[in-house]
Amino acid sequence: MSSENGSATTTVSASPTLDQESTNGHVHQRAKKIETLESVTIRFAGDSGDGMQLAGTRFTDTSALLGNDVATLPDFPAEIRAPAGTLAGVSGFQVHFSSTDIHTPGDTLDTLVVMNAAALKTNLKDLKPGGILIVNTDGFETSDLKKAAYKTNPLDDGSLAGYRVIRVAVAKLTVEAVRDCGLSPREQDRCKNFFALGLVYWLYERPLEPTLKWISEKFKKPELRHIMEANMRALKAGYNYGETVELLPVQYHVAKAKLPPGTYRKITGNDAAVLGFVAASQVAKKTLVYASYPITPASPILEGLAAMRHFGVKTFQAEDEIAACGVAIGASYGGALGVTGTSGPGVCLKSEAINLAVMTELPLVIIDVQRGGPSTGLPTKTEQSDLLQALFGRNGDSPVAVVAPQSPADCFDMAFEAVRIATRFMCPVFYLSDGYLANGSEPWRIPDPANLPKITITHPTQPNSEGTHLTHEVGEGEGGGAGQFLPYKRDEFLARPWALPGTPGLEHRIGGLEKQDVTGNISYDPANHQLMTETRAKKIENIAQTIPDLEVHGPADAELLVVGWGGTYGSITTAVQRAQRQGLKVAQAHFRYLNPMPKNTAAVLQRFKKILVPELNTGQLCWLLRAKYLVPAVGLNKIQGKPFLVSELEAAIEKCLSE
Amino acid sequence: MSTTLPTLTTKDLTTDQEVRWCPGCGDYSILAQMKKALTTVGVPREKIVFISGIGCSSRFPYYMNTYGFHTIHGRAPTFATGLRLANPDLQVWVVTGDGDGLSIGGNHLIHALRRNMDIKVLLFNNEIYGLTKGQYSPSSRIGTMSKTSPGGSFETPISPLTIALASEATFVARTIDVDVQHLVSTLQKAAAHKGSAFVEIYQNCVIFNDEVYKYATDKAIKADNVLYLEHGKPMIFGKDKNKGIRLNGLKPEVVTLGHDCQIDDLLTHDAHAEDPTLAYLLSRFKYQPRQPNSFPEPVGVFRSVIKPTYEELLHERLQAAVDKNKGPGRIEDLFKAEDVWTVS
Repeated sequence: MSSENGSATTTVSASPTLDQESTNGHVHQRAKKIETLESVTIRFAGDSGDGMQLAGTRFTDTSALLGNDVATLPDFPAEIRAPAGTLAGVSGFQVHFSSTDIHTPGDTLDTLVVMNAAALKTNLKDLKPGGILIVNTDGFETSDLKKAAYKTNPLDDGSLAGYRVIRVAVAKLTVEAVRDCGLSPREQDRCKNFFALGLVYWLYERPLEPTLKWISEKFKKPELRHIMEANMRALKAGYNYGETVELLPVQYHVAKAKLPPGTYRKITGNDAAVLGFVAASQVAKKTLVYASYPITPASPILEGLAAMRHFGVKTFQAEDEIAACGVAIGASYGGALGVTGTSGPGVCLKSEAINLAVMTELPLVIIDVQRGGPSTGLPTKTEQSDLLQALFGRNGDSPVAVVAPQSPADCFDMAFEAVRIATRFMCPVFYLSDGYLANGSEPWRIPDPANLPKITITHPTQPNSEGTHLTHEVGEGEGGGAGQFLPYKRDEFLARPWALPGTPGLEHRIGGLEKQDVTGNISYDPANHQLMTETRAKKIENIAQTIPDLEVHGPADAELLVVGWGGTYGSITTAVQRAQRQGLKVAQAHFRYLNPMPKNTAAVLQRFKKILVPELNTGQLCWLLRAKYLVPAVGLNKIQGKPFLVSELEAAIEKCLSE
Repeated sequence: MSTTLPTLTTKDLTTDQEVRWCPGCGDYSILAQMKKALTTVGVPREKIVFISGIGCSSRFPYYMNTYGFHTIHGRAPTFATGLRLANPDLQVWVVTGDGDGLSIGGNHLIHALRRNMDIKVLLFNNEIYGLTKGQYSPSSRIGTMSKTSPGGSFETPISPLTIALASEATFVARTIDVDVQHLVSTLQKAAAHKGSAFVEIYQNCVIFNDEVYKYATDKAIKADNVLYLEHGKPMIFGKDKNKGIRLNGLKPEVVTLGHDCQIDDLLTHDAHAEDPTLAYLLSRFKYQPRQPNSFPEPVGVFRSVIKPTYEELLHERLQAAVDKNKGPGRIEDLFKAEDVWTVS
């Protein structure tokens, strides 16, 4: 039976044990019932200023350190501080922790913590029937109810009867606990997230030490000592409150997950991208120049790389998106590893510059952390709607490579692939992450540096015209004489040489005007333009010779293939595995390489009677597959700024197979 | 190893590409003087890079036998910036025009100068869009007749040098396409400057805006309309070298020596002043046709000050990070977060 959330499937193996151990230095007074669960999903929800992201992140770290598998889903509004207590200002952090291998942050909640009425209103629908609801009663004053548009107090009107409600005056108890720390009333109130966190730690028998250590690091400056002390007290007070009051007759235990051996850390997709591009640049022996303009949800990559100066990383905060792309291309022209990062609206602005890299055939990586669109859209929400923009959003026939990591940890591996392809094939590479991968986290098995993929880059130092016969003699200038450098003479993959300014004897000019084949001189010759257009496309197609085949996971007699790409991997995998365990004839294939697609794509697709393509857009991959491979693919499309629930996918798979 | 500076001839700097500007275009002179200037700056050909945007002027890199990059409209400073980040050993020139640099690319120009990137920006100002066949530009004078300004342009023109000074450029100069000696020497001074250098070059568009700078180039009248700036020298101009610039309160005025002032009353040029106020004042001088006491338009170096470049400051930061880390970063340390756990 699967461990993945959903009330129908969670295993509750009631195994009462006598707790004789001492956790957190508290000697338990009496024997208590402990239930063992395979997996649990919790969400912390409160006002944007309530510190819910912090509480969720701490809980995740503690669970990861305990050896659970974890997957997270932060969900926050675009406004930094929407009016306090309002529905628009609710911020949530969901964490799924498990004793088995999991791939998603969970569909429905086992436990919901709400700090005010607005958080209850916007989050209650995701709590399982009979689920645990921890309520900060201090967030349900008349004014709070009014801001949350409640006509009656839900704590009193019986509407929560289907849940196990735990009422705690979190704010008042926190103030009590930190009373003599020398904090202002406002500062005292801000400690309440740690109280709530302590309470949840008690409920799921997690140790306080990792969080206490974190607090002591975070507030170690002498002038912050009182804050450190207060937060520690609030955390312990929350834990002790749970224990003393015995809010529930049980505690819950989630055992360690059986992950492959190795050293692990928790990582978000944006952090993995930072580490991936730094490591790739080190392996390639290149200076990483990362030029970017602040934009949600890509800014953490710029911030993360700015802290990597000891690796020689040069970050550049440009005046705008266009400049960021120009700087990255200029850096590549000069022999560095030019990378620019943004989200969809920024890609719109970079399009013209990306096309210059297409024409001048320079390496460039464009990180697009996708968010809800069009226009400003949903800046803090996830979506997969930039695939066709990446492929086609430029003037002319403008082929580029496109890769897409499939999980937060995969953001590391695909950084290597993006760098390898860009430098080997002399072309722009789109790296399509998304808001869900960027902010979501999972355990990452730390790789052995010695086993990282190799990236070898060479630059010419000698003229290359010897023995060259020009296919077109019509362009300007001569070209082709002995001892000349021909910037558009190609290798076996059709890649051109990466000759660096500063190299004596290789002086040459490049630009956005059409190039004569081989010489790179300006050419308006009609036949040459056709040849060059086709050559640029063929070069990108050649990348397929260097990427892995599309893998199919499922029984040999599967009728239905579920095909996804990028960040939906976790939900699709979970849903397909569940369907397979029910005996359904379904298989899964997932694209991490979108252009070119793996060589065996046509063969894979043609093996199946039915193809279902779940996407967080209106059907962009589905459209591509139908157009390129003439297969009867159908879409499952969700455009709500949220990832797929496993249950939604399961239902679609069942429906597809029953039709 | 010899330490003599490399010497280049103008032939070394000439490509096999046919030059395709209109006959009589001011760009020919700028190209010729650029080659002349580079023969003496002591930088080998392979370390020189010309980067341009789009427009007539931006074809420039194709005609220089150095490294060259013809980029996209208005964005040349960004590519130049990236190139300098990758390799601070190169001498990077940006060639732009009034449309490319002041209209579509205005933002990049401002920020490249503000950062004091070590790049030399040459703005060929012909006050018209040439390559798109004659539309008014952001520097066109009020009344400029063009296909898109029937009856004459009524937009206030932008002053390139005022923009450069407001952007904190550390080297700001102006010269004229046909004033060949002045052009060569100005280019050489720009080449020698460490940091952003901005040079406005008055350039005649023989097809769409012919003679727009006649007042500054016609031998018969130019002496009365051009003020040659020299650091430490009083501001004197005119056919008879008897006119000068005097400051009256905050207002500059044109005066006649021996008539209403003495030489000691005149403003003295100070190109090295930390404060750019004087340079700003000079950048506002505009030739006023048919006015007896018109201001002359200054040419020469308005401002030349030394400040750390972006590249130097970045290098310092990188070095400090390495020092703090007690050596360059290592991949094995990169992966280790504060909290790791082991599964066996």
